[in-house]
Amino acid sequence: MTRQIVILGAGTAGTIMANRIARTYRRDIRAGRIALTVVDEDGPHLYQPGLLFLPFGRYRPEQLVKTKKPLLPRDARYVRGGIERVDPDASTVHLESGTTIGYDVLLVATGSHIAPEETEGLTGPGWREKVFDFYTLEGATALRDALAKFPGGRLVVNVVEMPIKCPVAPLEFAFLADDFFTRRGIRDRVEITYVTPLDGAFTKATCSHALAYLLEQKQVHLVTEFAAGRVDGAGGKLYAWDDTEVPFDLLVTIPAHKGADFIGRSAGLGDEMNFVLTDPHTLQARRAPNIFAIGDATNVPASKAGSVAHFEAEELIENLTRFLDGRPLEPSFDGHANCFIETGHDRALLIDFNYELEPVHGRFPFAWGPVPLLRESRLNHLGKLFFRWIYWNVLLPGRAIPGVPARMSPVGKHTMEMDQVSRQAPPPQHKAHAPTGV
Amino acid sequence: MTATGSTYRQLDLDAEGFLKNPQQWTEDIGREIAAESGIPLTDRHWQVVKFMRDRFLSTGNAPSIRSLGKESGVEIKELYQLFPKGPAKLAAKIGGIPKPHGCI
Ligand SMILES: Cc1cc2nc3c(=O)[nH]c(=O)nc-3n(C[C@H](O)[C@H](O)[C@H](O)COP(=O)(O)OP(=O)(O)OC[C@H]3O[C@@H](n4cnc5c(N)ncnc54)[C@H](O)[C@@H]3O)c2cc1C
Repeated sequence: MTRQIVILGAGTAGTIMANRIARTYRRDIRAGRIALTVVDEDGPHLYQPGLLFLPFGRYRPEQLVKTKKPLLPRDARYVRGGIERVDPDASTVHLESGTTIGYDVLLVATGSHIAPEETEGLTGPGWREKVFDFYTLEGATALRDALAKFPGGRLVVNVVEMPIKCPVAPLEFAFLADDFFTRRGIRDRVEITYVTPLDGAFTKATCSHALAYLLEQKQVHLVTEFAAGRVDGAGGKLYAWDDTEVPFDLLVTIPAHKGADFIGRSAGLGDEMNFVLTDPHTLQARRAPNIFAIGDATNVPASKAGSVAHFEAEELIENLTRFLDGRPLEPSFDGHANCFIETGHDRALLIDFNYELEPVHGRFPFAWGPVPLLRESRLNHLGKLFFRWIYWNVLLPGRAIPGVPARMSPVGKHTMEMDQVSRQAPPPQHKAHAPTGV
Repeated sequence: MTATGSTYRQLDLDAEGFLKNPQQWTEDIGREIAAESGIPLTDRHWQVVKFMRDRFLSTGNAPSIRSLGKESGVEIKELYQLFPKGPAKLAAKIGGIPKPHGCI
């Protein structure tokens, strides 16, 4: 009997998992005991972190995309097509083409997307003329053209509501805009305002305190606890639900996010925003024991970030093996996230945190040397740019990033503790325990 | 005052006055928090507070403002009239559950 592992989505998380599974179960797959199938729609794999830089002309669109299939393992079957719904009781996936795929274990990795239509007026008059997003390739490209000819005026960056992908990206955008207009020589004619529904510029209190100086230094005005309710694009006004308004000449919006639509059509799988109801520590879906979710698709209270998908993958491969073996799952994912925060003028800082711990000062142990945490440096900026290379060559192939453990290590207690070493190079036996009964 | 005689400020609170332990909550505690926050509680307020609390206790996550608007029976516009500034935050506080954290 062949056991069917099906992955929905070949983005960051789906590609990492496919490569890890293919490595872990190579012999089982080749012997026909396990089959691995990956389903995704047409279109290229987009390096989403690059969308932050594209509007400032630092990347061209074609530098951020690659064909999906070559990024997947050869031992996986790749099915191209839109997913219509999942039937958790029958353990089947229905595609838009009418095809049905059965599974023994399903991994949902279909990410999240912006839903500007959820906000009244956002896609009305002025959309992609005065009102732009940068979370899509089309949006970021249109915004690049608008920024290049912006004559000056009020630039407003607004986060409509949480959760969003890469929660610091909007603020980084404001910092890079400061840099961009300084270089264009018109910074004195541009007023930059950051409008957030949260009570501080950052979601973590320690960051808001430690990094408050950045907003002042870059003269970014801050409006907090602003819950955007509607937009008048033509009139250049952003309104909160309580009718307070913020006027703009150019609005950069980070619209509400949703999970894939098919999750809403799959009985009991997701919440009202189509995020999969998921156990935050085992990553098992609440709906059925043979469904797991990873990456932006889940509703776990971790950041929606590629680094999180990477850390989740390290834990999920273990739980997948346990599940196939019929052993209890390990509730081991701790919400670990880290991200570089680009602060403009070729500097960046790095933060590292999890479900429980707030970002702290210190240094972060990367293989190429410790980089300062919560402090700006040029090294961090280079790290951020280097991330693109890491993304394609280390992250997606599902390899451990040297020196970066899945679980957060208390800062100061640096790299080479034994369990981290064994995580980077698991002994061959670790991979060999073939599922019983296959 | 609760049955055990403790009042809101004697409970385990975080820096912003959210209950650390939802089990310590009673409706009276909720009334005290509302009074301190300047919210006059009506039936509409209670509908939201109870929805918020039940949802947190059953799923471990506090609902977002959007799901409150879609599922609590009170639309977003009215939520902002009932709880000016931060409906989700205030309803969570009054309902004795932890501060909903937008994730970083
Ligand atoms: C502007 C920006 C900056 C960012 N910066 C960073 C950063 O600096 N660091 C960081 O770690 N992360 C960053 N991120 C976040 C990171 O890109 C995402 O968190 C990550 O890509 C999520 O991976 P995923 O696999 O969950 O989803 P995705 O990579 O989005 O993949 C989802 C896949 O599912 C497929 N899919 C969806 N629905 C269907 C369907 N119905 N049928 C078939 N296929 C479907 C899609 O085609 C897609 O390939 C950034 C994101 C943005 C937008």
